[in-house]
Amino acid sequence: MTVTAPVAASGSPVALPPRAQGPRRRARRSRPNVPGGILGLLWLVIVVLPLYWVVVTSLRSGPTFFVDSPLSLPSEPTLENYGKVFDSGFLGFFMNSVIVTVATVVIAVFCSLLAAYTIVRNAHPVARGSFSFALLGLAIPLQAAIIPIYYMITQLGLYDTLVALIIPSAAFALPLTVVILVNFLRDIPNEIFESMRIDGASNWAMLWQLVLPLSKPALITVAIYNGMQVWNGFLFPLVLTQSPSVRVLPLALWSFQSELTVDVPAIMAAVTLSVLPILTLYIFGRRQLVAGLTAGFGK
Amino acid sequence: MTTTATRRTAGGPRSRPSRGGGGPSLWFLAPAGILFLGFAVIPLVGAVGLSFTRWSGLGSPEWTGGDNWAWFLTDDVTYITLQVTLLVMVGSWLVQTPISLLLGTWIARSGGFRSVAGLVFFVPLLLSSAAVALAYKNLLDPNFGLSTETGFGWLAHNWLGDRNTVLLVVILIISWHFIPLHTLLYQGAVRQVPTSMYEAASLDGAGRVTQFFTITIPQLKHTIVTSSTLMLVGSLTYFDLIFVMTAGGPGYATRVLPLHMYLTGFRSAEMGKASVIATFLAVFGLILALLLTRLSGFTKMQSQQEGA
Repeated sequence: MTVTAPVAASGSPVALPPRAQGPRRRARRSRPNVPGGILGLLWLVIVVLPLYWVVVTSLRSGPTFFVDSPLSLPSEPTLENYGKVFDSGFLGFFMNSVIVTVATVVIAVFCSLLAAYTIVRNAHPVARGSFSFALLGLAIPLQAAIIPIYYMITQLGLYDTLVALIIPSAAFALPLTVVILVNFLRDIPNEIFESMRIDGASNWAMLWQLVLPLSKPALITVAIYNGMQVWNGFLFPLVLTQSPSVRVLPLALWSFQSELTVDVPAIMAAVTLSVLPILTLYIFGRRQLVAGLTAGFGK
Repeated sequence: MTTTATRRTAGGPRSRPSRGGGGPSLWFLAPAGILFLGFAVIPLVGAVGLSFTRWSGLGSPEWTGGDNWAWFLTDDVTYITLQVTLLVMVGSWLVQTPISLLLGTWIARSGGFRSVAGLVFFVPLLLSSAAVALAYKNLLDPNFGLSTETGFGWLAHNWLGDRNTVLLVVILIISWHFIPLHTLLYQGAVRQVPTSMYEAASLDGAGRVTQFFTITIPQLKHTIVTSSTLMLVGSLTYFDLIFVMTAGGPGYATRVLPLHMYLTGFRSAEMGKASVIATFLAVFGLILALLLTRLSGFTKMQSQQEGA
């Protein structure tokens, strides 16, 4: 009992979604924020206009593309552009992206969780030093290491494979993931660990039964953030792969552009399709994503 | 039980195990450590080593001493790319910071239209740089892009082909892409500002604008630093968007350092020279990050947690 109380107390600043304070704040508002509203509306237009153009263009038939005015609805809407995209192997590229993203996220988050748990719970200088190391690692631009990585990957015989994308992507996801997880795990009160230890729980048991469930919000945050980074990653695929069979989506878009230079509606169909999966995820996981990112970075 | 609990909590909510407590084995650090050392730290050191060699990307590197560095320091293109990189860095900071600060403050108070807007504002961040680049490249095309729409005639200009405008356009598009992230940061931070401060200010008759400058901005100091660090260090990595949209052109007008490195290494097969640029990039990033954290006392990120 003495154990549960502090959890709620110290866990709440993290777990509590910021929106929880909404109603109280709204009560304070006396008059509408007109300048804010105008700015918001303006920015909405700036965000939506290009997206609308992309989608509308992707639905235009070739002949009407140059005739229709750019923002009007397509005079002869068609899905033939999407057909073209699927015919050039979209599903394969999509699957490659899924494999690379899922594998990278699983590896990065698992390794980071182990490390963060140790950094928080082990007082050894190596553990403490690791955290400073992770902080420093945040500043390393991955571009700076790309040439030696290319060298290592070719030496390991991994060039032009999906594994070549997974390993370095996971390595570069580590620093931020560790930092966010450490900040989160620190808020788990010591008493819980102590009482589990008295009950004879091993470190693994504590990891699985205590750390893992309690850090779920943070894990979801880092998984989503890393997932977005890897899904949209361009440089590693550009440098470390070559064949269409291991091509991922962002690279597919780029090669599409060179194959279909003038077929703008088809390129826009490819752009739309590449955005669709992650947009769908966003629509369903929006709450978690935004609350998680706010908590993860805001700390 | 109760005694242990009180003794521990007395030290603060944080939990640092006592030394004899036997935390998890240091081996738990190994997977992350090996991965990070092997594919981030060693490559980084490797880049320094390769910067003293001549290597085409095939075969073995051959030692050439400081030749590449001499080339880097004397080559005119170096200074052009450096200038372009700094312009992108400063320009995108200048565009992104005020907009995301204002938008973040505005969405922080939720309700009706704001919630819907907040949902849509986030979308650009979900797009890959390649997608953003392709969309804008075509949207800005003078022949069939937005400028051919009635009412948008003022847009008729070869934005990406004109070396006087291309950099500005690139900066604006980068900002469009990343403002959602920073808006989110500010939104979260504004929500943590105690409401009582605004209430007190209202009672004193302070208007919305006064409150923004006297309460919101000072309270967001640390967030401004975090966000600026992310923007400035992040702008050293802008590669994909520029690569897909302009490939560094016209001429060298949008050739930022990472792009310069890629083109030198993987297009001109001068990996040694490219490694010089890479080394420079890493040092630049590190210095920038250290400088920003020192100047701002942003080590708070740590001390806040250490219970200082």
